[in-house]
Amino acid sequence: MSNITDESVSEERPSFFVPRRKQLLVGRRGIVASTLSVVIFLGGLVAVFYLAPGGAAVRRFYFDRHDMWEAFVGNHNAGLSSVGIGIFTNIWVFLVSEVFILIFGLTIAWTRMSKSPVLLPFRILATIYSDIFRGIPVLLVFFLVGFGLPPLGIAVVSYQSVAVYGCVALTLTYSAYVAEVFRAGIYSVPHGQLLAARSLGLTNATTMRRVILPQAVRTVIPPLLNDFISLQKDTALLSLLGVIEAVNAGTIYQDTKFNSSGLVVASLLFLAMTVPLTRFTDGLIARDRKRRLASS
Amino acid sequence: MSEVILELDAVVKKFDDNEVLKGISLQLHRHEVVCLIGASGSGKSTLLRCVNLLETIDQGTITLFGQSLNDPRIDPDQVRRHTGMVFQSFNLFPHLSVLENVLVGPVRALKRKRSDVVDEAMHLLERIGLSDRAKEFPERLSGGQQQRVAIARSLAMKPALLLLDEVTSALDPSLVGEVLDLLRDLATSGTTMLIATHEMNFARDVAHQVAYLDGGVLVEQGAPDQLFTNPQHDSTRLFLERVR
Ligand SMILES: Nc1ncnc2c1ncn2[C@@H]1O[C@H](COP(=O)(O)OP(=O)(O)OP(=O)(O)O)[C@@H](O)[C@H]1O
Ligand SMILES: [Mg+2]
Repeated sequence: MSNITDESVSEERPSFFVPRRKQLLVGRRGIVASTLSVVIFLGGLVAVFYLAPGGAAVRRFYFDRHDMWEAFVGNHNAGLSSVGIGIFTNIWVFLVSEVFILIFGLTIAWTRMSKSPVLLPFRILATIYSDIFRGIPVLLVFFLVGFGLPPLGIAVVSYQSVAVYGCVALTLTYSAYVAEVFRAGIYSVPHGQLLAARSLGLTNATTMRRVILPQAVRTVIPPLLNDFISLQKDTALLSLLGVIEAVNAGTIYQDTKFNSSGLVVASLLFLAMTVPLTRFTDGLIARDRKRRLASS
Repeated sequence: MSEVILELDAVVKKFDDNEVLKGISLQLHRHEVVCLIGASGSGKSTLLRCVNLLETIDQGTITLFGQSLNDPRIDPDQVRRHTGMVFQSFNLFPHLSVLENVLVGPVRALKRKRSDVVDEAMHLLERIGLSDRAKEFPERLSGGQQQRVAIARSLAMKPALLLLDEVTSALDPSLVGEVLDLLRDLATSGTTMLIATHEMNFARDVAHQVAYLDGGVLVEQGAPDQLFTNPQHDSTRLFLERVR
């Protein structure tokens, strides 16, 4: 037994303990360590605001409690719009656009993936559409739609409220992205699923509805929600068309009172809108990852 | 001999310039089991897929129940509703339970009422010995069990003809037996089957006819006893020696 001569064979007894200097991060002490790090981090952040040479000015400009409240509720007599009411414009524009984006996006995806020769011209159109609206900055689409359609003087098309043009611009842009999300999701379903469904004699449409889409949804939802988070923020672009939504109300307050607290209020309201969705999305991704790990 | 169900006549199939089936002619009678054997890439899968129109042929004719599949008035969905197909990789629908997998054909393709079909489906699951797993999802089953469910899913359509493409090739050796036993059982009860397989003993046991394919050509065909013990062609003999 003792005639091993190879020097690469270790005779030591290995130790499995965490080295002493890292023991702070183990078990219950780990909780202490993480609490400490949060306190230090946040404290540092606050300290910067209070200790920086211009800290007082920044606090007055951005975080003045009185200004924040006044911007939030608005002041009719002083011609100040309420940021708190303005956010509702963002919300309804978001909700309306979202519905149209889902419908339009799925239509584009479906058209691009169709194989029927009859649909060829539509297929080409859908591809061009997809290329164009993923290429033009949203900002420009807002200008083109918001300032381009009204002067045309066409019935219905040219006589909408400005917020409607905002919805149109958002729908045009986001449908192009969402269509790609749908397409990627549908292509992520293994080809064998299609073969099995078709060889049972399910029609193309039934295969899509009963076999492919239910499986695609799982892959589609996280990126779809990400697009919607970004859509929520882009409703702020409505201010460029003169709509008094949250950001515009904040800007008006700033221009009148030379104080930016209203914009901070708008930011907080946007966060209140997006954070639940971001948390939900992350939760879904984590759950899906867990399921995938469990099944493989 | 009973009626001819399926007849291939000089069938040619190309993928671009690659001729994968080079004039295949073959007959299948009712209640008959025909096994297709041949090396990987010889065209077995392609042949099966042409029969239920997952692929379209370039020349020749395939006649199913007296109707030429080349006829433009043929509805592929109707053809597929009467020809079951089972794949090497099972392809069960992962988002549906075992029972729903079996029900999906009759309910969604044949538009039969769910409540009318459930009993039949449960009966099928009993036959494959998995009635106690009806509510479970496919990923919880072993490969052999999944493949049996896939076969039951096809049978639920009451197909006049069953196409099986190397249904045991993806299975752990210990699970092959249970699937082959099920196929034996089906053969005994008179199911008409066209089977691509690498399982020579099974082919010898169950097939009424064995057809040997090589590079898209049907080299020879005959009763298993004759083909396995006394192959007429050198390439058949070489192939059989290699797989033995
Ligand atoms: N969709 C396709 N496109 C192009 N070539 C294909 C396609 N499907 C099959 N082939 C080619 O056709 C030939 C025959 O393939 P096929 O799958 O029918 O063989 P097989 O006998 O089933 O082989 P295996 O035993 O490996 O399953 C192969 O050379 C293959 O590369
Ligand atoms: Mg094959």
